[in-house]
Amino acid sequence: MTFLQTLATRTFYALILLLAVLVLNFSMMHLAPGDVADTIAQSMGGADAEVLAQIRTDYGLDQPFLVQLGRYIGNVLQFDLGYSFFYNQPVTDLILSRLPATLLLAITAQLLALVVGVILGVYSARHPKGIASYFVTFLALFGYSAPVFWTGILLLIAFSLKIPLFPVAGMTDVTVEGGFWAHAADVARHMVLPVVTLSSIFLALYSRLSRATMMETLGSDYVRTAKAKGLSEREIVYKHALKNSLSPVITLAGLQFSAVISGAVLVETVFSWPGLGTLAFQSIIARDTPTILGILFFSALVVIVGNILTDLALRLVDPRVGR
Amino acid sequence: MNKLAKTVAAATALAALLATTAVAQDTPKQGGTLITMLGTNVRNLNSAVQSGIVTGFPGAQLFASPLRYDEDWTPQPYLAESWEVSEDGLKVTLNLVKNAVFHDGTPITSKDVAFSVDVIKAHHPFKAMFAPVESVDTPDDHTAILNLSKPHPALMLAMSGQLMSIIPQHIYGDGQDPKTHPRNNENVVGSGPFKLVEYKSGEHVILERHEDFFIEGRPYLDKIVMRIIPDPSARAIALENGEVHMSAFELSPRIINRLKEVEGLNVTDEGYGGVGPLDWLAMNTTRGPLQDVRVRQAIAYAVDRNFVIKALMLGTAKEARTGIHPDSPFYNDAVEAYDLDLDKANALLDEAGFPMQDGKRFDLTIDYGWADVKPQVEYVKAALKKVGIEVTVRASADFPTWATRMGEMDFDLSWDSVYNWGDPVIGVHRTYSSDNIGKGVWSNTQGYSNARVDELMELAGRENDPEKRKALYNEFQEIIANEVPLYPVNALPYHTIYSDKVGNPPMGIWATSAPIDRTYLKE
Repeated sequence: MTFLQTLATRTFYALILLLAVLVLNFSMMHLAPGDVADTIAQSMGGADAEVLAQIRTDYGLDQPFLVQLGRYIGNVLQFDLGYSFFYNQPVTDLILSRLPATLLLAITAQLLALVVGVILGVYSARHPKGIASYFVTFLALFGYSAPVFWTGILLLIAFSLKIPLFPVAGMTDVTVEGGFWAHAADVARHMVLPVVTLSSIFLALYSRLSRATMMETLGSDYVRTAKAKGLSEREIVYKHALKNSLSPVITLAGLQFSAVISGAVLVETVFSWPGLGTLAFQSIIARDTPTILGILFFSALVVIVGNILTDLALRLVDPRVGR
Repeated sequence: MNKLAKTVAAATALAALLATTAVAQDTPKQGGTLITMLGTNVRNLNSAVQSGIVTGFPGAQLFASPLRYDEDWTPQPYLAESWEVSEDGLKVTLNLVKNAVFHDGTPITSKDVAFSVDVIKAHHPFKAMFAPVESVDTPDDHTAILNLSKPHPALMLAMSGQLMSIIPQHIYGDGQDPKTHPRNNENVVGSGPFKLVEYKSGEHVILERHEDFFIEGRPYLDKIVMRIIPDPSARAIALENGEVHMSAFELSPRIINRLKEVEGLNVTDEGYGGVGPLDWLAMNTTRGPLQDVRVRQAIAYAVDRNFVIKALMLGTAKEARTGIHPDSPFYNDAVEAYDLDLDKANALLDEAGFPMQDGKRFDLTIDYGWADVKPQVEYVKAALKKVGIEVTVRASADFPTWATRMGEMDFDLSWDSVYNWGDPVIGVHRTYSSDNIGKGVWSNTQGYSNARVDELMELAGRENDPEKRKALYNEFQEIIANEVPLYPVNALPYHTIYSDKVGNPPMGIWATSAPIDRTYLKE
């Protein structure tokens, strides 16, 4: 199959998937008792019965389920994700204003985890019996088992409170004056802790996997041949073995992209990062159906694009793929 | 000296003391940026159509109200320099300050007051506030006369804090729905001491000084930055490392006690009487054994208020014996307190015809709507087991699930938090009025009905004489305490935490849901 054909079929499946995501989620949200009128009343410190009824009429929540669903799907087909009841804003605006923060966090964390994970993995594969190797294994297990919100709070206590290097929350300090670079530096400073926290889980995965595949590759015949030819170990590892052991890591990275987004929910909440994660969390709490569905829609989109990019990357490292 | 006089005397002495120390220490300084926090995103900055403590903070800075209240619940002039209530109580005249302008420079007139009353009547969730207001006359630009269908003393508190935000007619009167008006969250034109610079969803609200504010020399601060930080632990760390100057409405007992130990930070529970948040054990008086008043009294005797306050709230919360907040001038603590008494509880249950059989009398369920109060609910379960009531805890997936159960009165017992919102007419009556049974969450979900209680609320609602009004509410609280449609436990431990750098932190009765034009930074 050519790349374009793959792309076309995958896009087709993706669209069906998106529709299923919307219908299923809309139905599930509807099954739960109560609705956003209750949480709006809660945010207002209570409301009279008349006000509750008014809110339900305003947002069409008094309509039968199928009418609401049909209306919603119809809007989405016209690229209108609806109006957030809780935030009083169009959902598309709300999501687009939050998306860059999440992408910045998720992509940086993913890249950091990938690069550091592979370096650590390769290093410990070359020195499997060294103390450093055990340290990497320990780090990997720790990172994988510790809940991210706990890691996040611990990092906050260590590096914001005890040694005040980094800010506690948010993405920018509004009191910072200056041009683009001053702001970039400010954002970078705010990013350090959330990125480290979010990448800790994935770092563990990548270092374990690249260690395993690297050790396997290093034991294979062609490496022995290369050794017999008299190539230096450095050349063998970085020129020949690394490329071959990378493809499973990249596949995993692609699969993990959705996990990065879901991990962002917790990390963003701990660090008050103004991204989709905090928005998702708060709209679920608020039962703000249009926003939740909009976020699911966007995350599904991001995951699909992420997977397609993974395919592309795999072709680059391993020409056998897609042949 | 009776209790009230004592409290008044103590309050006066305290106020005098505060005043002298404030003068002795330093005079307010102009300038500076106050960094503070909000726990969630703001749904709507327009406090004329949205209530609640989150909107209250920016809302009361952006929009001025006719009156403001001091610590002793005495109304003070604000946008109204004076006011009169007519002899028959049916006319309330507001004389507006002459030099007041909105943030865009347009003068604030009585027309705007009339317009704001209309908007609030139509769209504000607390219908009881302005229900008796039939019309507003505007004989000239600086006089607004509210015509009432009956005397309505609750109007005084309803004209303060965030409850009566004066909004400009020339902006919000353009025919669009005020609830979803595009100017609610951006380009806000308000009447208050601060104007909006920027609201970024999920990040911050930034306000700056309104140069033409109608009180000379105020506000003291140049800027207020409200950072939106949902996680309470992160908020605590930000206060501790000095990134943030102040945070109000902090609720976690553990964090409150920890921050009390931090040098440079001050922790106070003053200023929450107006909001008046209460925690109670709600009982569905229409179901099973709970229909019997003796069973409800027995439950009150078996559940130890002190345990909740000391062990679960770690001593940060005040005791509440009635449905009126303990800081309110109407609070009556001379009611049956239901101190822990298992013998009495057992005797009452026997008398009600529920004898103990194999260590058990009957089953009940208990609900709760948010995770913070799960320990309370587990405690009630354990406490009632001692008197033979087997309680099953019913968790709810989220708030709306619980709210629906409450609204439909599908529960036996539930932990609940309900706020007074100033005058009892606004936030107290709704819980006991027989007209309001089962009308959604925070209505009379207990299904409680007592003709004398209805009558007392009706009389107190229209009584302009403070002493007579207090007597009516005293009787009201006694009856409620005897009939226990709910068992009040404690006031929610809301606290304001502020650094030593903050002068005149917001106290009053509305905490940060009132203008903070007097707050300043010492350095």
